[in-house]
Amino acid sequence: MGRINKKKKETPEISTASLPDIIFILLFFFMVTTVMRKSDLLVKYQTPGATELTKIKYKQATAYVFVGFPMDEDVYGTKPRIQLNDAIAKISDVQPYIKEQYSLVPEGLKGQFIVSLRVDKDVTMGVVTDVKQELRKADALKINYSAKKRIDE
Amino acid sequence: MAKGKKRGSTEINASSMADIAFLLLIFFLVTTTIDQDKGILHGLPPWTDVPPPDIELRERNVLEILVNSNNQLLVESDYIEISALKEIAIKHISNNGKLPNFSESPKKAIISLKNDRGTSYEIYIQIQNELKAAYRELRDIEADKLTGGRMTFDQISDCADPLDEIYKNMDQCNVWKEKIKEDIPMIISEAEPKDVGGN
Repeated sequence: MGRINKKKKETPEISTASLPDIIFILLFFFMVTTVMRKSDLLVKYQTPGATELTKIKYKQATAYVFVGFPMDEDVYGTKPRIQLNDAIAKISDVQPYIKEQYSLVPEGLKGQFIVSLRVDKDVTMGVVTDVKQELRKADALKINYSAKKRIDE
Repeated sequence: MAKGKKRGSTEINASSMADIAFLLLIFFLVTTTIDQDKGILHGLPPWTDVPPPDIELRERNVLEILVNSNNQLLVESDYIEISALKEIAIKHISNNGKLPNFSESPKKAIISLKNDRGTSYEIYIQIQNELKAAYRELRDIEADKLTGGRMTFDQISDCADPLDEIYKNMDQCNVWKEKIKEDIPMIISEAEPKDVGGN
């Protein structure tokens, strides 16, 4: 009895032993969900807003084409530019790039191949049309105009 | 006091563990961009070197949309705002021969879109968005009829996806999907943009 009384007198501490574990679980979650951006962006783009959006399901079957205004205006000027992978590209580079990307798609997903066009909303249709024509020539007929969710009042 | 402490079993101080983990956590929190890959799905016609033959279409079946480089919209030679486009598209597709200058049936309805090279991409996307919304609304009505109000068209196409295995009655969904697509085909014809400029 005496012993029990002694224990009760000690100030109870909240155990923080499990805190690292909790933090580690969170850490692992973010580590797993983090996608390190594959390509450095050389163009600025802000996608337009829309309501009729479809999600791209298969990331392995997706090729990206960026169109926007160059970040480095001294080197690339102020006109809209196309970026493929890590570099600013010419319009004639689109077709080989798409073909290469298509060959990298795993066999079972070839039919799902889709090109995601990430185009700045202030770009004019001229560039976009040129890209679209190249995609048609490369036989990549499924495209996705990347857009943000727009909330209508 | 000091003596008593020394006698206790030595423990590795783990209190800094949390701090280390926190630092890592914050690093990943900051670098994470949960990448939403969403957008407007669009199909392109296959490339042909020879220009496609002129097909004769009855003019009433074609809803002509023109956009100039000042982002102004001309639908069937009327100047309209984008917000009114969906309404007109729905009226055109689901006319079923009632009004003389709109389509004869949804199957025959065609939307022809012509834009300038100077048209802004944002306007183009908005037009695509409105047209998609119009078709979706009509397809949803059809889906509602077919499934007795249980599913929308989006749900039907989700469940008809062969790579998605969570749904059981895939075949039924496929039948519905094909039926709706056949009854209300989405025919948007895009002409090659011209560099008219113009004011």
